[in-house]
Amino acid sequence: MACSKASLTPAFRPRPIAAAYRPVLDGVNAIFLTGQGDATARLARSAGFPYAWVVTPLVIFLALFAWAAAEYVRIYRPPPDAMPVFVVAKQWMWKLEHSNGKREIDELHVPVGRPVRLIMTSQDAIHSFFVPAFRIKQDLVPGRYTTLWFTATRAGEYRLFCAEYCGSDHAMMGGRVVAMEPAQFARWLEEGSPVAGLAARGFELFRRYGCSGCHAAGSTVHAPALEGLLGRPVQFSDGRSLIADEAYIRDSILLPRKDVVAGFDAIMPSFAGQMSEEDLMAIVEYIRSTGR
Amino acid sequence: MAASYLEEGYSLGSWLTTSDHKRIALLYFAAITAFFFIGGAAATIIRLELATAPDELVSADTYNRLFTAHGVIMVWLFLIPSIPSALGNFLMPMMIGARDLAFPRLNLASWYLYVGGGLMIITALVLGGVDTGWTFYTPYSTLFSNSHVVLTLAGVFVVGFSSILTGLNFIVTVHTMRAPGLTWFRLPLFVWANYATSLILVLATPVLAMTLVLLAIERIFQVGIFDPALGGDPLLFQHLFWFYSHPAVYIMVLPAMGVASEIIPCFARRRIFGYRFMAYAILGIAVIGFLVWGHHMFVSGQAVYASLAFSLLSFLVAIPSAIKVFNWTATLYKGSITLSAPMLYALGFVGLFTIGGVTGLYLASLALDVHLTDTYFVVAHFHYIMVGGSVMAYLGGVHFWWPKISGRMYPEMWGRAAAVLIFFGFNLTFFPQYLVGAQGMPRRYHAYPEEFELLNALSSAGASILAVGYLLPLVYLAWSLFYGARAERNPWQASGLEWQTASPPPKDNFDSEPLAVREPYDYWLTGDEARP
Amino acid sequence: MSAARPLDTLAAPEQRAQAGTLGMWVFLATELMFFGPLFFGYWYGRLQFPDAFAAASRETDVVLGAANTALLLTSSALMAAAVEAAQLGARRIAVRLLGATAALGVVFLVVKGVEYHHEWQAGLFPGDASVLVTGGRLFFLLYFAMTGVHALHLVIGITVVAAFAVAGAGAKPRWGPGQLGLVGLYWHFVDALWIFLFPLLYLLGRSG
Repeated sequence: MACSKASLTPAFRPRPIAAAYRPVLDGVNAIFLTGQGDATARLARSAGFPYAWVVTPLVIFLALFAWAAAEYVRIYRPPPDAMPVFVVAKQWMWKLEHSNGKREIDELHVPVGRPVRLIMTSQDAIHSFFVPAFRIKQDLVPGRYTTLWFTATRAGEYRLFCAEYCGSDHAMMGGRVVAMEPAQFARWLEEGSPVAGLAARGFELFRRYGCSGCHAAGSTVHAPALEGLLGRPVQFSDGRSLIADEAYIRDSILLPRKDVVAGFDAIMPSFAGQMSEEDLMAIVEYIRSTGR
Repeated sequence: MAASYLEEGYSLGSWLTTSDHKRIALLYFAAITAFFFIGGAAATIIRLELATAPDELVSADTYNRLFTAHGVIMVWLFLIPSIPSALGNFLMPMMIGARDLAFPRLNLASWYLYVGGGLMIITALVLGGVDTGWTFYTPYSTLFSNSHVVLTLAGVFVVGFSSILTGLNFIVTVHTMRAPGLTWFRLPLFVWANYATSLILVLATPVLAMTLVLLAIERIFQVGIFDPALGGDPLLFQHLFWFYSHPAVYIMVLPAMGVASEIIPCFARRRIFGYRFMAYAILGIAVIGFLVWGHHMFVSGQAVYASLAFSLLSFLVAIPSAIKVFNWTATLYKGSITLSAPMLYALGFVGLFTIGGVTGLYLASLALDVHLTDTYFVVAHFHYIMVGGSVMAYLGGVHFWWPKISGRMYPEMWGRAAAVLIFFGFNLTFFPQYLVGAQGMPRRYHAYPEEFELLNALSSAGASILAVGYLLPLVYLAWSLFYGARAERNPWQASGLEWQTASPPPKDNFDSEPLAVREPYDYWLTGDEARP
Repeated sequence: MSAARPLDTLAAPEQRAQAGTLGMWVFLATELMFFGPLFFGYWYGRLQFPDAFAAASRETDVVLGAANTALLLTSSALMAAAVEAAQLGARRIAVRLLGATAALGVVFLVVKGVEYHHEWQAGLFPGDASVLVTGGRLFFLLYFAMTGVHALHLVIGITVVAAFAVAGAGAKPRWGPGQLGLVGLYWHFVDALWIFLFPLLYLLGRSG
C-alpha cells in the first residue's frame, strides 16, 4: 500500500490500529490460505475465501437448528400417561382445574416426578403460560386449545408469569407452581370439601346440553359413538383423517360442519356461544373418562 | 459556480413546496428528529418507572400507553424513515450522479403523507394514547382495548403509503437515472442497500396497510376474520402482521449496513472486502427476510412443522449477515485506520449488530426461543439491532455526510465523545436486559419481582447516560451550522460521486454530469493522487 | 467514454418514459400485495368453512355480477383501442373511446351500488342475516372488502380516464400516447382484478 500521506488533509490522520484485528485474521488465514506473501492481497485475490465464510456458518447454524428443533419437537410430544390439568385464562387470572374437580386460582400444584399436561385456552385476550424455572412457555389463544407438558423434578415453588401482553394488569397476572412430593400431593388433592369430579360434571353437562340424545348408545339418531374417542383415528367424509385430540372435540362441538365423520350426515347443531370454556373442558374430560 | 441548494430560497414556503431531494431530505431530518425525541421521552419515563416502585411514577395503564407510543413512534416515525427517507433522499441521486429522484413531486408528497400520518399518531397520543403494544395483537386490540386504536391504525396506514412511494421512487431512480459508466456493480453499497430496502417497502408495506384496514373494520363493526367467536383466527392476524413487520426489521437495518459499508472503507483507506458478496448478501437478506416471519410465533400455537421451517429459514438469513460482518472486519485488516467520529459510530454498529445478530440465533433456535420469547431477552435483542445497529449507523452517517449536507465541519472531539458516550450508555442500558430476560422477566411489565431489581436499576442508569449521549449531537451539530469550519468538497478523501461536487451541493447536484469510470471504493488503489 | 456532458440529458424524454413505465409496474406490484391479505383471508375461510362459503356465495347476485364482468371487459377493450388510436395519431377517436371507457366504468359502479343496496337491506353485511352461519359472515366481510377496495380503484381509474378525455379534447392535447399507455395499464389491472374476484365471490357456490 502506497498511501500518500502528503495528500491527506489535516482532518484525516491515518493511525493504524488494526493490531486488534490481526490475530483473528491471521488465524483465519492460517486455516484457509497457504503460502507466503502479503496475506491481505491473498485474501482479496482468493476466490475461495468468501465461500468458506458461507459454508462455515452454514454448518454451525444447521447443527444448532437440528439440536434446538429436536428439543422443540419433544415439547409437543407429551407422554401418554401425563396427568391432565385444564387451564382457562382470563384478564387477569389463571383458573386451573384438576381431573377430580379440584380448582385452583393463580396456583398450580403438581407432583414431583410425574409428567403433567396442561390443556389450555383463554376466554378473552391472548395470554401466555410461562414458568421460567421450567424453561417452558405457551400462548393461550381464545377459540382453540393449546397444550404444554412438563415434569417437575424438584419440590419447591416456582414463579408463573403471563408472558403475552393482555392489558392493564398484565404484569400482575402471575402466580406460582408448587411442586410437591407425590404422597403430599395426593393428600393435597383430596383435602377440602369433596366436589364432583370433572368427568362427572362433564357427564352431567353432556346430558343437560342434549348431547346424549344423539350420541348415547341406543339412540335413534345416527351419530358417531364417542366412547374412547380421544387418541382414536377418525375418518372424515371428505377423505381426510386425524387422531382425535381435545382440540378436535372442541371444534366438533362448536363447528360441527367443519369435520364431518365419514358415514354420518352433517345434522349436528353448533353449540358456539352456549357453552363456557369450563363446560367444554368438562365434556372433553368426560369423553376421556369413557375410554378408561 | 452555482449557489448551493441551501441558498435557493429562505422563506418557509420555499421549503414546504420544494421538489429538491436535498431539501426534502432536510424536511425529513427535522421531522424524524422531533419524533425521535418524543419517542425517547416515552422511553425515559418507562425506564424511570422501572427504576422506582410500581405505580409510584405512572399507573399500569399509563405505562402500557407509554411503551406502545414508544414502539409505534420509534418504528414507524423514526427507524423506518431514518436512513432511507432522510439520508437516502439526500444521497441516492448524488451517489448515482443524478440531478434528482425520478419523481421529485411524488417525493414531496411522501413527506407530507409521512408528516400527516405522524400527526395522526401524535394526536391519538395526546387524546389519551393507545395501549395495545405496537403489534396490535387481536383480539385484545379489537375487543378489549379501550383506547384510540383506530386513529393510530389510520396514522400508521398513511405513513405506510409514504414508505411505499419513497420505495417506488428509489427503485425507478436506480434503474433509470444512473450516470454514464455507473454499472450495477459500480454502485456504492449504500445504493444497493437502499434499493433492496425499497423492494421490501414496496412489497411488504401494502400487506400491513390492508391488514390494518381489516383490523379497523373488525374493531368498528365487530365482524372480522381475526375473531374466534365469528370463526376467525387471531393467529391469522399475527401471520399477516409479521409478514410485514419482520421484513420491516430489514428495512431498518439494511440501510444501516449500507452506511457502514461507506464509512469503514473510507476511514480504513481500504477497498471494501468482497464487494460483490456484499451486494448479493444485501439482496439475499431482502429476499429470505420475506420468509422468516413465523419465527415470532413459535409459542403462539402455530403448527410445529411451520415452526421448523421458519426456524431453519431464520438461520439461513443469518448467513448473509454474518458474511457482511466478516467482510467489514476483513476490510479493516491492515487498513490505515482513523478513529474519527463517523468511524467510531460505524465500528460501534458492527460490534453491536454482531451481538444483536448472535442473540438472534438464540431466538431462532426453537427450544431456546420457548424460554426466551416475550422476555426482556427479546427486548434487548431487537434494541441491539435497531438502536445499537440502525441508530448508531444513522448517527455515523449524519456525521460522515454532515460536511456535504451543511457545508460545515462538526466539532470532531465532541463527535467522538458523543459516540463513546452513546456506546457505553447503550451497552449499560441493554446488556442487563439480556440477563434479566434470560432469568425470565417478561416484557411489557410495569412491575416485577424483587429478584430483577438490580439489573433493572443498572439498565435505567445506562438509559440516563444514553439520553445525554443523544442530546449532545443535537447541540453541537446545531452549533456547527453557525460556527463550524467551512467544509471542502471532500474532507474525508472519500471515493463516492457525492464527494465530487461542492459542499453544500448546488441545486442540480453537479455542475456537469459526472462520469463513473472507476470501480467503487478505489481506496485500494491509494488513488488520492489520481483525483483532481 | 465521452467527456462531461451537460446536465440536461438527465431529463431526456426516453428516460422519462422509461421511468414512468417502470414506476407504474412497481406501483401495480404494490397494489397486488395490497390485495394479498384479502386473498389470504379468503383462502383461510374457504379451507375452514367450505360449506358456509359456498352457501354465502349463493346469496350474491350472479346476474348483476356477470353483467358487470361484461361491462368491465368491454371497457378494457375500448381502453386498449384508445391507446392504439392515440399511438396512431387519431386523437379525436382516442378521446371518444376514453369517454366510453369512463362511462362503462360509471355504469359498473351504479350496478355495484344496486347490489350493495340489496345486500345491505338483506342484512348480509355487517352480517346479522339469518341465512348466514359461522363463516358466512366472514365471506361477506371479505366480499365487501374486496369489491369495495376494487370499486375504490375503479373510481380513481374513472377520474383519471375522464381527465385524459377532457384534456385531450382541446386543440392542443396535454398528454402523449406514452402517458395514456400508463393509464391503460392501470385500467387493465383493475379489470384483471375483477376477473379474479368474480369467480371467487359469485361462482364459488354455484358450480355443480
